[in-house]
Amino acid sequence: MSHVVSPLRHVLIEGDKSYHNITEDLCSPTEKAPTREWYIAFLLSTAFFGLYIFTIVWTVWKGIGVWGANRTINWAWDITNFVWWIGIGHAGTLISAILLLFRQRWRTGVNRAAEAMTIFAVVCAGQFPIFHMGRVWLAFFIFPFPNTRGPLWANFNSPLLWDVFAISTYFSVSLLFWYTGLVPDLATVRDRATGFRKKMYEYASFGWTGSAKHWQRWESLSLILAGLSTPLVLSVHTIVSFDFATSVIPGWHTTIFPPYFVAGAIFSGFAMVLTLMLITRKVLKLEEYITLNHIESMNKVIVLTGTIVGVAYLTELFIAWYSGYIYEQFAFYNRVFGVYWWSYFGMMFCNVVSPQLFWSRKIRRSIWWTFFLSIVVNIGMWFERFVIIATTLARDYLPSSWSYYSPTWVEIGIFTGTMGLFFFLYLIFTRVAPVVAVAEVKSILKVAGSQYIGPNAKHGHGHDHHDSKSVPTHRTEEEA
Amino acid sequence: MAAASTSTKVFYGLYNDEEDLKDAVRSAKAQHLEIMDVYTPFPVHGLDPIVGLQESRLHYLGFIYGATGALFGFLSMSWIFTRDWPTMFGGKPFWAVPSFIPITFEMTVLFAAWGMTLTFYTICGLWPGVKAKVLDNRITDDKFCVAFDVTGSSESDLDKLQGFFKSTHASEVSTKTI
Repeated sequence: MSHVVSPLRHVLIEGDKSYHNITEDLCSPTEKAPTREWYIAFLLSTAFFGLYIFTIVWTVWKGIGVWGANRTINWAWDITNFVWWIGIGHAGTLISAILLLFRQRWRTGVNRAAEAMTIFAVVCAGQFPIFHMGRVWLAFFIFPFPNTRGPLWANFNSPLLWDVFAISTYFSVSLLFWYTGLVPDLATVRDRATGFRKKMYEYASFGWTGSAKHWQRWESLSLILAGLSTPLVLSVHTIVSFDFATSVIPGWHTTIFPPYFVAGAIFSGFAMVLTLMLITRKVLKLEEYITLNHIESMNKVIVLTGTIVGVAYLTELFIAWYSGYIYEQFAFYNRVFGVYWWSYFGMMFCNVVSPQLFWSRKIRRSIWWTFFLSIVVNIGMWFERFVIIATTLARDYLPSSWSYYSPTWVEIGIFTGTMGLFFFLYLIFTRVAPVVAVAEVKSILKVAGSQYIGPNAKHGHGHDHHDSKSVPTHRTEEEA
Repeated sequence: MAAASTSTKVFYGLYNDEEDLKDAVRSAKAQHLEIMDVYTPFPVHGLDPIVGLQESRLHYLGFIYGATGALFGFLSMSWIFTRDWPTMFGGKPFWAVPSFIPITFEMTVLFAAWGMTLTFYTICGLWPGVKAKVLDNRITDDKFCVAFDVTGSSESDLDKLQGFFKSTHASEVSTKTI
């Protein structure tokens, strides 16, 4: 009880929970048989996962000529989808790392699921560049290792190789962060389980006991991993933007890309977290842990980052006009009014106009509006990547090579298939691990739970012998 | 804690609240009782100084691992592109320091994160397959535990501990060999 929290703060855990209630509420979804909705969702995502496997096998078997990408538009749906997924994969680390450093307690309600989402989104993202290589069995060439091909090393000056390092580092560090956070909660599940499940969780929880020294080191590790992940998450999308910004294509070669991509990534990531959490809290009955206050906080981040992205879009246009350079001006004229004008206006509407609705508190606190707008934002962010990639390439240097791109059924299959893969992994996760960080929620119960702020604050967690002697002084001061 | 093969007889008490636990630990320290360990379901802030734990030195190691990663990344790229196989890319110098920065940064983070995490699990003795020495299943739920090592303790020592638990309002007291 080292923190003093203003009683005016929003309650982050509702329903006067005891520690045991929290364990019960958060662990029980992993212990009960799955609901019918879960089975339906799981079957559906498995079907799409199957489609993914089929279309990938088809691609590898036939070669990437089965995609609609051509010599002019050689980055198309694949890289669009890659950047889209990577962007989504940014919210988890942002929530767990940056919000941890800023001591935002509302993160505890959503961090675990958001981190899981990050990992699954990065898995999906990774598929696209790997299979875009064409001869995927030579994919290991991207890693620099002493070899018999010269030794031929990878090009360390290339942003594409930076991306290999950035994304593999991001994936592995996110995995460590997520799993280390999960270990104490898996121990909680272990101590409630019996039989084979107990054996499984015994293995997964690494023999965690909850010793004070372990907790101290665990917190120290979490804090440092958060400190490392914060620049890491910013570096990843910065480097993704370098894939474009360091090339000499008008429309890509801009210095605004790194911050604009990072804001866009946070924007789309939060939208996906909201989409997922709104369903998860309903299905797993976690409304008291992921409250309207959590949703409102995330919507505030959405309106902020959406506006940053909007400013970036307008700055791009302004700078193109202001440069007085006709080729740059053409690149942006083409982006807005060119062959893919519909995707530009779709992007503008979904990313810049629609989030402005969140200035209204009523809409920020409305489940249905939030759900609807989170999907609109996800669509908008997909359009943004498509606009940047396909529109720019479709009108390159030589008018004789100008071209048009539309996806084939294989590409549509791979993209919808990765959504299947994503939900397949997420649904399994909701079955095997607590989707809300149990220990972390317990640690904020008394500083930000209803027991502290609500009427129960007068009593020391309902233990009568407590009242007279050890009620911390700051409580009484606040009540006075 | 390190000796896994020998069994330890543990006398422990469970508390219902972290404030009770803190009071109990304070009182144990005042009575010069040697606490074996304190177990909690979540990190209890302000407990470490009462138990007498020194600040973790894990972050110093994190710095060393990170510095190793940075040096390793930067020096390997430098060696590869100036000694092993110098390659000309777009007329740029072989030793193109600015374009080595992103990978150097990523290697710093990678080494620091993996190094620290592996160190954490190693020094805590946590690994897949390690059998947890669980005193009570509710310690990972809602009980706060103070444990004393009573291997070979006399009856009077046990009585003293019994009295301690009673005076600090432990909700349950028990003995277990782990």
